[in-house]
Amino acid sequence: MESAARLDQNHQLSIKEFPYIIKWREDRCTRCGRCTAVCPVKAIEPAVNTQRTVTSEGSSPEPKVTRRLTHVVKQSMEIERYCIGCGSCALVCPTEAIFPEYNFQHKFYHFKNKGGIPYMRGGRRNDPSVSTLDKLKFTRISMLTDPALDAGRHEFRIRTLLGRNLPAEHLPIRVEGGKLITIPGSFVPPVREIYPIRIGSMSIGALSPHMWEGLAMGITYLNEVEGLPVVMCSGEGGLPPSILKSRYLKYFIIQIASGYFGWDEIIRALPDMIEDPCAIEIKYGQGAKPGDGGLLQAYKVLGLISKIRGVPQFIDLASPPTHQTKYSIEEAVAKMIQSMSMAWGFRVPVYPKISGTKTARAVLNNLARNPYAAALCIDGEDGGTGAAYNVSMDKMGHPIASNIRDCYLDLVKQGKQNELPLIAAGGVGKGGNLAANAAALIMLGASAVDIGKYIMQTAAGCFGDEYNRCNVCNLGKCPRGITTQDPKLYRRLDPDKVAERVVEVFKAADVELKKIFAPLGRSTELPIGMSDALGVADKDIADRLSISYVC
Amino acid sequence: MCRLSAITSSDYFSPMENIHALETMKEGHDGSGLGLMLKDLGGPFAEFKSFPVLSAVCSNKGLRDLEEYMKAHGFKEKFTWAPSIKNVPGIERREHYIAKVYDYPESYRDKPMGEKEDLLMNTRLALRCMGEPDGSLFVFSFYPDVLTLKEVGDPLQVGEFFGLEKSDVKSKVVLAQGRQNTNYAIYLYACHPFFIQGYGTMTNGENTAFVPIREFLMGRGNPGYMGYNSDSEVFTHIMHYTNRTLGYPLPYYKDIITPMKDSEIAGRSDAPALKLLKKSLRPLCIDGPNCVIGFTPDGTVFMVQDSKKLRPGIVGGKTGKYALMSEVCGVDSAVPDRDKSTDIFPMKYDMVIIAPGAREVKVWNQLHG
Repeated sequence: MESAARLDQNHQLSIKEFPYIIKWREDRCTRCGRCTAVCPVKAIEPAVNTQRTVTSEGSSPEPKVTRRLTHVVKQSMEIERYCIGCGSCALVCPTEAIFPEYNFQHKFYHFKNKGGIPYMRGGRRNDPSVSTLDKLKFTRISMLTDPALDAGRHEFRIRTLLGRNLPAEHLPIRVEGGKLITIPGSFVPPVREIYPIRIGSMSIGALSPHMWEGLAMGITYLNEVEGLPVVMCSGEGGLPPSILKSRYLKYFIIQIASGYFGWDEIIRALPDMIEDPCAIEIKYGQGAKPGDGGLLQAYKVLGLISKIRGVPQFIDLASPPTHQTKYSIEEAVAKMIQSMSMAWGFRVPVYPKISGTKTARAVLNNLARNPYAAALCIDGEDGGTGAAYNVSMDKMGHPIASNIRDCYLDLVKQGKQNELPLIAAGGVGKGGNLAANAAALIMLGASAVDIGKYIMQTAAGCFGDEYNRCNVCNLGKCPRGITTQDPKLYRRLDPDKVAERVVEVFKAADVELKKIFAPLGRSTELPIGMSDALGVADKDIADRLSISYVC
Repeated sequence: MCRLSAITSSDYFSPMENIHALETMKEGHDGSGLGLMLKDLGGPFAEFKSFPVLSAVCSNKGLRDLEEYMKAHGFKEKFTWAPSIKNVPGIERREHYIAKVYDYPESYRDKPMGEKEDLLMNTRLALRCMGEPDGSLFVFSFYPDVLTLKEVGDPLQVGEFFGLEKSDVKSKVVLAQGRQNTNYAIYLYACHPFFIQGYGTMTNGENTAFVPIREFLMGRGNPGYMGYNSDSEVFTHIMHYTNRTLGYPLPYYKDIITPMKDSEIAGRSDAPALKLLKKSLRPLCIDGPNCVIGFTPDGTVFMVQDSKKLRPGIVGGKTGKYALMSEVCGVDSAVPDRDKSTDIFPMKYDMVIIAPGAREVKVWNQLHG
């Protein structure tokens, strides 16, 4: 036997180390080459094998050995070319001869740090277990004394408020002739009435032009045709000038983050704006990568993006983890909210977004004292990202459910739960249950929820899942054309189809929300903080969230 | 569902009229309690109009504690009334049912009514805190010209138990509720009507938005916004908060608990203010199938309900006497000789308001303001 030391393959990885193993059926394969051509990471390649065949003819055995060359599809054993499991090969195969299979025994994380560079990816936390949000159910069903409503026929008003609601005691109104009249010249903070499910911050840079356009068209249609005031956030990186100067700007929340990318264009467009944006979101943190700034890797910094962001092409765009000009959150609140408010004449709600954290309540209490803070958005650990270190995504962050609940109950203690809306993000719809997750968060105290990954999956067929499938958003190689700036890839994605799906998704969620609210007997106002409607079959979760334990 | 029976009149009448009306609506309540709240009192109370009446149920110990507390805090007892109890099978007799008229402590006699009202409420709350842990003392109201009686049992039997048929206690306004027990324990503090600083209300229908409303009220900084043994107590406190604390005219109660759509608000002359109210008081939207009947400190009686109320309440009567009931048979019992064609079934935008003296019924329409 040859000694192990001399095995040429000893320092190579075996197939069992890889997260996905390609299952290829020689008998079905027509060798058309589509799979190897489409593979975004070149994990498979055409190869030539020698095949030895032994045959025997006649009545007595007379074995004959023949050797012939045969073409095969071979999986790469190089860690840089690991199969991401996206399944593009299966999608294009005309004979169903190939598909990737998840390997539960993989040791991918042990090896994906070549060159001393830790594993980076897109997507979200790779945790396929049932989320807390999916464990919550609605157990207060109206019966007898308060009959349930008819979700199909009753009139529902599913709307929320984004902006600082003055306490009634501070409203500029007085009684005159038995009626209430407003006192002219008093400042009332801007408050928007919007749909309680928003499309959260995803930048035009993280997303391909076609994906972004599809989302934008979708929400515009929802607003203008369907009457659903759905809004979306720009993410860091600005907005195309065509939107900034259009009447559609009111459907967009513009984000300012620590890299200030895109803000030259925004400030320059200010005099030409014919509508105010829905709101300004100041990003201090992101649930997927708490403590990290935004990151757009060089692969995706191409023509359009470099123009909008005002930077050269092909360089990594890493935003700092904090706003460098600010010493503390207190200062940020005082100055940044103020200056953003001033830019639009105090007509636009301005609020911060932070990553889920144990210290969220401290931030909240600070905001509660600031009369200009319009909301607080908290992005939980299940939030997604276009690019981050795997360790940040998988191991950093705070679940959204208890974070939002703690913050809401803190506001309740101060009597300010209606003044400062909380927006919950991170993992909403992770298991496909958008309306149920949104309703649960609302009943825990959120005024609205953000979705990101969910809309990519449902509107554009994003392959990503919690088994680390695909997740190459950072590399610009998105096989669906969602998170890439490569025209060859994003041309695959039809913006009209994305828009159509966005509309379908929101209309369906609206019906589902009614199916949840109707049995609870609620139709006029969003049941924010209606925690008595929630139950969970896990005592610890019930105790932690101050809701009913049911079994 | 609980049955509601309110009568407002220009003349004094016996609360038994309300109880007889409740009896006609019997299939709607399960005899789990009767609450009576009398305003503008006649009979033995007529001469004490400006002095606060403390309505309580207590044990011997509770009575001792009550008297000690009141004495220690400078209240001087002027008159005590107790119903002449007649034992009725099924009703467990407690040791004392009392209504005591007090004079204010000397330091408060010349104070404005607002301060006196705060003193009365805080005294009621202090007594409640003392008596609640061991159940020795229940205090329902402490306010001039208001008397409250509550006990668990069938309304007619409770009326007999209190000897109301022969009692000389009369008033010009009575709220009465026959309780249908729902989610909450049969408990005296869970029994309508509820009272705070001159406002009394009773409700039927389950309050779906109870938890957020309760949390909002408890954050207003008013110690009186407590209790909530029944989800209906919030309706009394919302009225108190909007009318007394915020100073809004009475009809805005309707705008707050059942806010209209923006397109409907746009048609009102006070639309700018209304839009602000709708946002700032969003958590007070009741969003449930409730009918609220109540009175304000000046003796105005009202009825209001959410559009989800499948069967609206009814208001009927004649000049000098009007009944506001959850069922038409109750009105038939209270004012049989009225012109039934003038009966009012308030619709989703309506608020029925009857000024003291019961001369006429006003239907305020929310669309027109």
